[in-house]
Amino acid sequence: MTSGWGTPMLAEPPLLSVRGLTRIHGPGCPRCLDSTGDAAGRNDCPHCRSVVAIAGVDFDLWPGEILGIIGESGSGKSTVVRLLHLDDRPTQGSIRLRGGDGGCLELTELDGAARRRLRDTRLGIVYQSPHLGLNFAISAGGNIAERLLTAGERRFAAMRERALALLARTEIPRSRLDHRPAQFSGGMQQRLQIARALAPGPELLLLDEVTTGLDVSVQARILDLIMELQHELGVAMVAVTHDLGVARLLAQRTIVMRCGRIVEHGLTDQILEDPQHPYTQQLVMSAL
Amino acid sequence: MAADDFGFLDAYAVREIRRALLKALAVPGYQVPYASREMPIARGFGTGGLQLSLSVLLPGDRIKVIDQGADDSVNAVNLRRFIVAACPGVQPVTRTAEATVIQTRHRIPERPLMPGQLMIYQVPYPDPLQIVEPREAERRRMHAEGDYARLWVKLYEDVVRFREVALSNRYPARVHGRYIIDPSPIPRWDLPKLHRSAVPHLFGAGREKKIYAVPPHTAVEPLAFADVPFEVERFRDEQGRRRRCARCQADDTYLDQIPLPGGGSRWQCNDQDACDERLGYPDAR
Ligand SMILES: Nc1ncnc2c1ncn2[C@@H]1O[C@H](COP(=O)(O)OP(=O)(O)O)[C@@H](O)[C@H]1O
Ligand SMILES: [Mg+2]
Ligand SMILES: [Zn+2]
Repeated sequence: MTSGWGTPMLAEPPLLSVRGLTRIHGPGCPRCLDSTGDAAGRNDCPHCRSVVAIAGVDFDLWPGEILGIIGESGSGKSTVVRLLHLDDRPTQGSIRLRGGDGGCLELTELDGAARRRLRDTRLGIVYQSPHLGLNFAISAGGNIAERLLTAGERRFAAMRERALALLARTEIPRSRLDHRPAQFSGGMQQRLQIARALAPGPELLLLDEVTTGLDVSVQARILDLIMELQHELGVAMVAVTHDLGVARLLAQRTIVMRCGRIVEHGLTDQILEDPQHPYTQQLVMSAL
Repeated sequence: MAADDFGFLDAYAVREIRRALLKALAVPGYQVPYASREMPIARGFGTGGLQLSLSVLLPGDRIKVIDQGADDSVNAVNLRRFIVAACPGVQPVTRTAEATVIQTRHRIPERPLMPGQLMIYQVPYPDPLQIVEPREAERRRMHAEGDYARLWVKLYEDVVRFREVALSNRYPARVHGRYIIDPSPIPRWDLPKLHRSAVPHLFGAGREKKIYAVPPHTAVEPLAFADVPFEVERFRDEQGRRRRCARCQADDTYLDQIPLPGGGSRWQCNDQDACDERLGYPDAR
């Protein structure tokens, strides 16, 4: 839960704790980390040509909170999301997820089947491109059913009911249940992605530039929906965006990334009003 | 082993196939890769089943070969001739009750199988995941992790569109609660016969180089939603009555619809031997 001021109630342990998260593409060398990052102004190592997509990323996420990640293209935002969704393995670092029993699960140590099970039951993801998040060869209901089936549901009628409820919740007409996503508008495809991601009742929802490229009015409707869902379901989210307006609307706290590193971290409003890092200052200036 | 050279395949090939078979029986439903041999018949005409038969037959065995339900189709006759020529001391038979080994492609005999018998299937497509995933490496991962959601999604989409699962044969079934198999092109009608069967069922896919098995007394459950039960073919007439075989009058067998020259059609047992047996083998000499 978050307090009315958007500050995490620190008495409660975080849902997710990320420490020292690092992903290097390529062989890596002893000088990779010192030769890349904010000060170096690059993310490719001049000595071994490896790409340090992210390095030393630390943050916590509290239950029910939305954390924003902003940064320009190539700064490592999607890499963080991919690692959190267990689609990729870090070169180094830890991702701990708190369980219902209070115990913690180290996600980087899970084997393939356990990763899949966790992703299928406790995580949800929405991509910028509906083609990544949806199966266009099956119906809207089938896209939702797939998530329920992976989570172990075997009752046909119960799946239909749940799919209809999720369509209603994401403002998609019931009559669309058996239609293919290709017949949907861009906004509706994104809302279907959200319905699909929410199907098994995940604790953590990952949003990777979900409104980028959509019309402003379509964007606004999706952002409203995301905020309503946060209030109703209390699901924690990590929302990646390169749009400061989106971060301001959705996120209580925000991380600013540059060249694979976190360069600023704090309450979104404070960051926007009084940016500390020159890069953030420049971002805020250019957004005005 | 002296018997190893018996049956066209060389001793090394026989041993390899038997080893693969043992593994297949030990891990029910798991597709065991093996080095399929060139056979003097075109692949796709039952080389996988043929290699299994040649590897397990011993002198004194009695082999029955069926294609569709018939012992006398060109395919069945050719395969049976080939096997008998390659395996001295093996008798050809057509009566299910007399056979020790039955090689088949489309059917399981109607007559209940007895301990001591062995079913061998010629399988064109061994992998049930092929209809949802073209990449073999990915299918292997899915089997290894028991990740069958996409097959279930196909079932879901079928039930939405057709009110039932649109697979008349090759209906996927879970073996021993673990691996899902493609039970060769047998009709739904035959699928319940695999469940806790008295005999081993051995499946060979020559082109795909895979062997898998259902050991005796093993659970085989067709994939189905809890509230949309699996159903076999009904064979009802317009009034909703169960059709009978026009020849032997059976109302509990899998029927073929045979068009009549003057129009209309008649229904008849697909399992030729079961029909003959019920009539007391009228043509027997
Ligand atoms: N598989 C990969 N191999 C090499 N470099 C990669 C790979 N994936 C991402 N990168 C690089 O990592 C950096 C961060 O990428 P990404 O996380 O997608 O950034 P963002 O989402 O912020 O635009 C980029 O420089 C990108 O080119
Ligand atoms: Mg990105
Ligand atoms: Zn380096």
